[in-house]
Amino acid sequence: MAAVTHEQLHGHHPGPTGLMRWITTTNHKDIGTMYMIFSFIMFLSGGVMALTIRAELFQPGLQVVQPEFFNQLTTMHGLVMVFGAIMPAFVGFANWMIPLMIGASDMAFARMNNWSFWLLPPAAVLLLGSFFVPGGASAAGWTLYAPLSVQMGMGMDLAIFAIHIMGISSIMGAINIVVTVLNMRAPGMTLMKMPLFCWTWLITAYLLIAVMPVLAGAVTMILTDRHFGTSFFNAAGGGDPVMYQHIFWFFGHPEVYIMILPAFGIVSQIIPAFARKPLFGYASMVYATASIAILSFAVWAHHMFATGMPAAGQLFFMYATMLIAVPTGVKVFNWVATMWRGAMTFETPMLWATGFIFVFTMGGFTGLICAIAPIDIQVQDTYYVVAHFHYVLVAGSLFALFAGAYYWLPKWTGHMPSEGLGKLHFWCSIVFFNITFFPMHFLGLAGMPRRIPDYALQFADFNAMASIGAFGFGLSQLIFLVVVVKCVRGGERAAARAWEGAEGLEWTVPSPAPHHTFEEAPIVR
Amino acid sequence: MNSHAHRRLAADNRRLLLRLAVSAVAMFGFGFLLVPFYEKICEVTGINNFLRPEAERGARAVVNTQVDASRRILVQFDANLHDLPWRFRPLQRSLEVHPGQLVQVDYEVSNTREVPITGQAVPSYGPQLAGRYFNKMDCFCFEQQTLAPGERRIMPVVFVVDPALPEEVTVITLSYTFFELRGRNTTTAAQGRAAAAVERAASGKGAT
Repeated sequence: MAAVTHEQLHGHHPGPTGLMRWITTTNHKDIGTMYMIFSFIMFLSGGVMALTIRAELFQPGLQVVQPEFFNQLTTMHGLVMVFGAIMPAFVGFANWMIPLMIGASDMAFARMNNWSFWLLPPAAVLLLGSFFVPGGASAAGWTLYAPLSVQMGMGMDLAIFAIHIMGISSIMGAINIVVTVLNMRAPGMTLMKMPLFCWTWLITAYLLIAVMPVLAGAVTMILTDRHFGTSFFNAAGGGDPVMYQHIFWFFGHPEVYIMILPAFGIVSQIIPAFARKPLFGYASMVYATASIAILSFAVWAHHMFATGMPAAGQLFFMYATMLIAVPTGVKVFNWVATMWRGAMTFETPMLWATGFIFVFTMGGFTGLICAIAPIDIQVQDTYYVVAHFHYVLVAGSLFALFAGAYYWLPKWTGHMPSEGLGKLHFWCSIVFFNITFFPMHFLGLAGMPRRIPDYALQFADFNAMASIGAFGFGLSQLIFLVVVVKCVRGGERAAARAWEGAEGLEWTVPSPAPHHTFEEAPIVR
Repeated sequence: MNSHAHRRLAADNRRLLLRLAVSAVAMFGFGFLLVPFYEKICEVTGINNFLRPEAERGARAVVNTQVDASRRILVQFDANLHDLPWRFRPLQRSLEVHPGQLVQVDYEVSNTREVPITGQAVPSYGPQLAGRYFNKMDCFCFEQQTLAPGERRIMPVVFVVDPALPEEVTVITLSYTFFELRGRNTTTAAQGRAAAAVERAASGKGAT
């Protein structure tokens, strides 16, 4: 009721209703919600692909899918999860929370915001629809390495266009976030008083603006190599496929941090709230985030140790990569120091956040192992790498997204999410996650190559274990769907400050957050 | 917020938007700029000289593939068996060849036993250093050979002696030794029993 009178006071017309409300909305909360629903749908479709892959790998031999389709599945699983699930989910969080956290009434460019979202569904249709064109979807791996990507059927063209569209969407979203954070903060909210989630997103947005266009350039070169007679990567015309890897990973490595820095931000909001202590080392957190972002431009070739780089290059990229462990270590240290002697309680968001620290750190350590060039040449393209990046992307980005979702669901829906179901979701996820991905370390060290639908018999037991874990993990995610639906429908009313220790401007507005907030900027002291 | 401040904020926002959009476009260009960068870095450091491959290969650029008729090499052929009930011999004892000349010689092998046997030939060279210059295009030693009972087979070796063969080498001995692959056919004795059993079964079936 309060929201309605508020709108009347400000003379707003009631907007379109039904579907048109969502298509034409310029409200950051509506758009944030749509981003998150979109990314959850993409998460489930990417998950179905992953489970098909795991079903095939349950036993040696070919049972479920043909090798050609298997390759399409691994490729599309990667593309859908990276560009369709993880990235839009973080943009959704940014849309919902950044204006609330900095005391702005909306994002800086509300109409552009609407457009950035509505570019995504067509891109998703192009990407998923490519399964049904002659030749099937792109099967070159999510990295779209030349020369495979130069040779494939029209599924590759659709993937390229989808990447173009998603890239434009990301860049517009990032520009919006930078402008909002830099220009629209409430009076008194200096940069160094900003919640860490805003800081990590500000830096992520700069990374997006810097590298998404490079990816767009790389896939455009593939497109012109395919259809317009250029030879950027076509060796027959004097091009070089290895150059594609350089350009791709110049985007690809910062992209890795694009997917993890906002996760760091979310965790840095949640840990202090449930340890009931201010974040330890706020300034060092900001500097650590910035140095991770800057270093990310100087490490791309560690993805290419096996391409025949000179030893000097291998050493440089090896040491630069290891250097990133320093700011990342600062962050892990600060989270643990925040918990140290805090009055901790383990509600669902805190469980996810501590789970994140535990499992993400394991993924970070395997990353360090992969950074050592002589070891990397052994584990290149094996399941060890698969284990590593799923530990940082699933247990890193995804777990932080769940932590954030449970943390802010009261603000979004006005109801507390079910603690019982939330905890069940957490414990099922973390147990099944480890059953799925921990054996992959052993598989990789024993030499099982990735992206291949069949394997030698000695890998059978660990693969069966990973497949069982994967199905458990996949089904556990449906618990989250139930939690969200229940939470939207009703439940315990959430107070404005839904969690006892939660700090920040977002907890000063009522729950659920009214359609319009901070029309008058709050004063921050 | 008053309308003046509002207008100023909108102008600030637009200015920042423009700058960021320009940097995004510039980074798109930078992606393409990486192409000449890459080529230049490769050229300067000589890592991957894909534009002028002949410069990288240097002295190896021109390789003489002609037959060197000025030299004659005597190639002697030798055949050995290692615990294998076969007969194995070259059809000619020796041959004079020019370096660079494509030559084919034949070996004869026959199985003297009543069971199929699989063998693998392993070559060796005298002097040992000649092996590096003895390029076999085709050879029965590339594959395992399974001989049916009593089978006789003529098997070719096609080779070229590399003209880079050191001057002091004038005689090369090519020696093959056939080993039985026991993993494939178990032992000959067990194989004999198995074959006898198969024969009995077949004759039994024939009787019914």
